[in-house]
Amino acid sequence: MTNKIKVEHLDFYYGNFQALKDINMDIHQNKITALIGPSGCGKSTFIKTMNRMFDLIDGTKATGSISFDGTELLDKNLDVVQLRKRIGMVFQKPNPFPKSIEENVLYGVKRHGDVPKSEWDELVKTSLKKASLWTEVEHKLNQSAFSLSGGQQQRLCIARALATKPEVLLMDEPTSALDPIATAKIEELLEELKKEYTVIIVTHSMQQAARISDYTGFFLNGELIEFGLTKTVFSNPTDKRTEDYITGRFG
Amino acid sequence: MGKTSKRRRLAQRLFLNKFFEYLFLAAILLSISVLLILVGDVLRKGLGSLDWSFITSMPSSRPERAGILPALLGTLWVIGLTALISIPVGVGTAIYLEEYANKRSWFFRIMNINIGNLAGVPSIVYGILGLTVFVQLLKIGPTILAGALTLSLLILPVIIVSSVEAIKAVPSSVKEGSYALGVSRWRTITGVILPMALPGILTGSILALSRAMGEAAPLIMVGAVGFVTFLPDGILDRYTLLPMLIYNWTSRPQDAFAQIAAAGIIVMMILLLITNITAILLRRKTQNRVE
Ligand SMILES: Nc1ncnc2c1ncn2[C@@H]1O[C@H](COP(=O)(O)OP(=O)(O)OP(=O)(O)O)[C@@H](O)[C@H]1O
Ligand SMILES: [Mg+2]
Repeated sequence: MTNKIKVEHLDFYYGNFQALKDINMDIHQNKITALIGPSGCGKSTFIKTMNRMFDLIDGTKATGSISFDGTELLDKNLDVVQLRKRIGMVFQKPNPFPKSIEENVLYGVKRHGDVPKSEWDELVKTSLKKASLWTEVEHKLNQSAFSLSGGQQQRLCIARALATKPEVLLMDEPTSALDPIATAKIEELLEELKKEYTVIIVTHSMQQAARISDYTGFFLNGELIEFGLTKTVFSNPTDKRTEDYITGRFG
Repeated sequence: MGKTSKRRRLAQRLFLNKFFEYLFLAAILLSISVLLILVGDVLRKGLGSLDWSFITSMPSSRPERAGILPALLGTLWVIGLTALISIPVGVGTAIYLEEYANKRSWFFRIMNINIGNLAGVPSIVYGILGLTVFVQLLKIGPTILAGALTLSLLILPVIIVSSVEAIKAVPSSVKEGSYALGVSRWRTITGVILPMALPGILTGSILALSRAMGEAAPLIMVGAVGFVTFLPDGILDRYTLLPMLIYNWTSRPQDAFAQIAAAGIIVMMILLLITNITAILLRRKTQNRVE
């Protein structure tokens, strides 16, 4: 069992407000880790520390350590551009760029300039295939991304993240804006993706966490209350609060 | 009893509704008809003198031979140069304020408040500033460049404010999507922010420029002349402008000058119409591309 990411004593602040308190967590390679917990408990904040998206918000501060294959992610001198290529992110609401489907997939690589032009077509194809969107769009790659359905847009956003060849995928409630069929498609896709990638997914659906994840972490008020194998967390939680949340007694 | 009073109140409300509807309609009709009368008057007086030679001739003390060429070229030179100066500086400032500046810093707050205030400063004040700084201190003299710099100062606040608004309107989810792919700030700006903000930026800039086109007061301060008989061919030449030439003509007693002044006004209106239509078309075109 290899650790892809090791989080130790992570504290996080928005100005004076402490949103994460002493988080410790091991993210295992090629596994799906689900993060659950009531609204406002810090799940989004936590995954935003791993690709340093919090850099974009003035007045934020993270202390402690997040080690990614031995690299310290909280290092001030870290090249976040390189980091975000290796740790991709998919958001709650599909956010395609106002460009064609093909341009969306190529958006990152074109701006990084590290893939030769001759390989672009192939990259578009493999990325869309991995996101299981290829057969639905192969004849309309030049159409606007907005012509796709919400579920297709979300898979396009996954393809777009995969095109920069990441090792880890962060997903913040990727199915909360989708209907059950589109959700099922993405869950199926995640099963495939974990063979190649390490996935961290925030979800509000207990069933989803139980269905798809290997590990589960339960957050409450900025603290990681419980973390372990999904099976154990759901069938035999050690903390009373975890049990209450999972059984729907609060949250 | 209660029923009839309820019904009466309803009737009263409906009457008031109608009353105000007609009142506002009358207000609109009044302002439109004043405008129509003005335009009609200008057209009636001016159309007779408006022909190709009016546009391609020099001004003259003989109204039947007078034309607007130096003023038309002067206006185009000054406005063109103003656009070249003010749009890059204005859009650059807006990008800095929205995407780079720390929004909590006192510098940002002071800038933000003051740019809004600057948009309300009377244009003559910019004329005085232009005279002191560009004409005298920097020794640019009463040239097209000095005029364009002065007008640029005048419309910069408007361009900055409308560009900031356009950039703000770009959804943060799209920006985050770009950053999350590891795309740098500058490439995010050129890749998604500017393309999405462009229609708003262009519309704001063109409307600001068309306002500048009608300005005469600040340019009188920095040395535009009312009557010239040579054509400008460089940014360090002296110049005249359409509004100034028109003013010069209207202040003469002969009726014939009033007529060619009206013809000059028609040319100005056509120019304004062209710039505004350009703004609309550009907006349409970029919007289509974005969708
Ligand atoms: N930009 C911000 N500035 C200040 N406080 C913030 C900011 N973003 C989040 N917070 C606060 O941090 C805490 C954690 O927020 P976070 O978004 O991580 O919660 P979450 O678990 O993702 O909730 P949800 O399930 O509703 O998405 C909340 O109390 C929230 O108010
Ligand atoms: Mg969240």
